[in-house]
Amino acid sequence: MSDKFTVEIISPDRSIIKVDTTEVIIPAYEGEMGILKDHIPLITFLRPGKIKIKDINEEFFVEEGIVEFANNNLLILSSTAKNISEIDKGSIEAHITDAQKRMEESKVTDKEKYLLSYKINTLKNLNL
Amino acid sequence: MPSLDDLKKRIKSVKSTQKITKAMKMVAAAKLRKAQENAEKGRPYSKKMQNIILNLTRSISDPKNAPKLLSGTGNDKTYLCVVLTADRGLCGGFNTNICKLAKTSFKKILNEQKNLKIITVGSKGFDQIKREYGKYVVKKYSFKEKKQITFKEADTVGNEIIRLFNQNEFDKCILFFNNFKNVITQIPQAQQIIPVDNKSTKSQEENFLPYEFEPDEDEILEDLLPKNISTQVFKAFLENAASEQGSRMTAMDNATRNAGDLVDKLTINYNRSRQASITKELIEIISGAESL
Repeated sequence: MSDKFTVEIISPDRSIIKVDTTEVIIPAYEGEMGILKDHIPLITFLRPGKIKIKDINEEFFVEEGIVEFANNNLLILSSTAKNISEIDKGSIEAHITDAQKRMEESKVTDKEKYLLSYKINTLKNLNL
Repeated sequence: MPSLDDLKKRIKSVKSTQKITKAMKMVAAAKLRKAQENAEKGRPYSKKMQNIILNLTRSISDPKNAPKLLSGTGNDKTYLCVVLTADRGLCGGFNTNICKLAKTSFKKILNEQKNLKIITVGSKGFDQIKREYGKYVVKKYSFKEKKQITFKEADTVGNEIIRLFNQNEFDKCILFFNNFKNVITQIPQAQQIIPVDNKSTKSQEENFLPYEFEPDEDEILEDLLPKNISTQVFKAFLENAASEQGSRMTAMDNATRNAGDLVDKLTINYNRSRQASITKELIEIISGAESL
């Protein structure tokens, strides 16, 4: 018996990846979460961060999304998922300053601030 | 009887029209392939999203306190109809079919003494609807200058719908678009997006799993439902784009064929009249020679 399960990342316009793997680490809303085979059925959503897929050693940057795990199928729906190797280095700086500007606006709610701070941190630590 | 010159001119003009329709057909065919691909790729996202919502709905503990986007406002006085059409014409019955379906629903809603609000996306739909129902149109969108419609555009429309809903502007929201089945069949469809229509997918009830939620159900639903609206709008956009190209391709194919038929007919006419005039000239010469 292999200890692999299927992970699939889907964006509104295409299916980004579908592979078998032993472990996936997702940036769930309340903290990072590692998922192994036979995890209990789960629905959660994501904060900005990195999805790491073991075995194929690929990482994806997401800003938001929803995750469902059932029957050893991990399904990640996100409109912002991007393979880290495909991200344009120049645009990262712009994203960071953009997010920092938003942070300083007074009407931003705590929840948004929470998400934005994660976005900035992740982007800074992408170290391409 | 048109003169030979007239016929010649007509043949020429029909032929150049045929060239145009033929070119349009090829362009549509090329675009169709891409649009169809996009539509098919976009399907899993919206389908899975719907699935997750259904799973959530079933496990919600207190249905009475469910978010209003899911269960509705409890009334059905005001309907918001979102009509998605193309920005360009010359695509057969594509725009007309959507508008026809939408207009039948409008009539029904008004007959039941209910309020009607309309959002049109795409200029062609607005043109067809404004004559009869112009005063109900609250907003119109047109993405003419965009080459390809992305999730962003769908999000703008989706957010507008949610904004109106939060202001209690309507109770039910219905999307009108063309569902792309294949190149020759596109089915105009009305899909209710608010409240979520969960009757259509009852068959999956058996494999219900007890899910673990993080954070709790309500919070997830609150985040997910607005996203779902945009997703459904986006799906409709993609289906529509594919349908438009498919419809245009068939229409232009027919037009090219008809132009070909017309050219054949006109050529026969032209040859006949040419033959007739030659015969006439011959008779004149012969009878002139005989009388000498």
